[in-house]
Amino acid sequence: MKCRVCREPAVIDVRRQNANYCAGHFLRMCRDQVAKAIDEFSMIEPGERVLVAVSGGKDSLACWDILRRLGYDADGFVIGLGIGEYSDESSRYAHAYADERGLELLTCDLREEYDYDVPTAAAVTKRVPCSACGLSKRHLFDKAARDNGYDVVATGHNLDDEAAVLFGNILRWQTEFLGRQLPVLPERDGFPRKVKPLVRLGEREMAAYCVLSGIDYIVEECPMAVGNKHIGYKEALNQIEAASPGSKHDFYFSFLKRVSFRFAADALAEHDDLAPCERCGAPTTGGVCAFCKLVGRAGGAEPVQLRTGH
Amino acid sequence: MKVVLRNPRRELDVAGPISVIALLNRLDLNRESVLVIQGDTLVPGDAMLAGDQPIEIRPVISGGST
Repeated sequence: MKCRVCREPAVIDVRRQNANYCAGHFLRMCRDQVAKAIDEFSMIEPGERVLVAVSGGKDSLACWDILRRLGYDADGFVIGLGIGEYSDESSRYAHAYADERGLELLTCDLREEYDYDVPTAAAVTKRVPCSACGLSKRHLFDKAARDNGYDVVATGHNLDDEAAVLFGNILRWQTEFLGRQLPVLPERDGFPRKVKPLVRLGEREMAAYCVLSGIDYIVEECPMAVGNKHIGYKEALNQIEAASPGSKHDFYFSFLKRVSFRFAADALAEHDDLAPCERCGAPTTGGVCAFCKLVGRAGGAEPVQLRTGH
Repeated sequence: MKVVLRNPRRELDVAGPISVIALLNRLDLNRESVLVIQGDTLVPGDAMLAGDQPIEIRPVISGGST
């Protein structure tokens, strides 16, 4: 295999592009695809401050790395989720990445600041762990951006993530979710703008980006996510992709281009009655926001042992 | 040849030389779901694997809250 750009020996094939790349030109392709996504979807304006939601995994660290290399003013934010050794290890990778490059990394620890952790919240509220985790992270990303003057929150969602979520939303025709499954969620009513700069790149490419850039990341999967539906959808889509390269890209981008606008009204209707949360001031449709309800139930509860899987 | 798989971590001994694609087929792994790494770089699909340096087959699928 030879690099499509320089004809030197290639190290990776990107089958949906029908292309092979050497290390240098692969890394450049990744940065070009992120720059194209940012431009295409008007994600970040010059001079804006970006807060990158960092987990210590490949996607968030690659996202942060590429944004910095593209010249954006991007800091990181990592949350201690309390998922046993997995969370400690993940945080170590995030801190190591920031420390080695002299970057700003904001932190929040659920146990220290809110007196709960994800396993305890999942058990007390009888939510699936990923639901309690996602609710906590979304609230705290928004809060960190508001409290620290960031214009944009960037997450490491890649093409595989978006295709898998789309697949799941279509399976159940969750129209309000389909209406806001976009690469950019505009700033409104106290929510900062949220962007997904990696939507044009697949999960395999993000892992390759980290290996070829010398970025260490946590390879182990979250023990609470093992066996969840999202991973099952990804595996199913990868079977299709192996037989028909480009399927995931076409599935997601054709949705954005041809279909997503049809569900916009469903998404807007969900946010018609936003008002400040009585406890924390975050925008919510009820008197008390879902995060404060979670803290009310799980905060101070007896910590539970980590259970794995779904 | 030593082949290291992750999640969960385990090691296999595989007779070489063998192509990357043949190795992945033998292990029933989807090329879209893994990277093949030797040393500090990637090994492309058409490469022949041989020698003493261990091969890592690293899964790339991650999941969880969005």
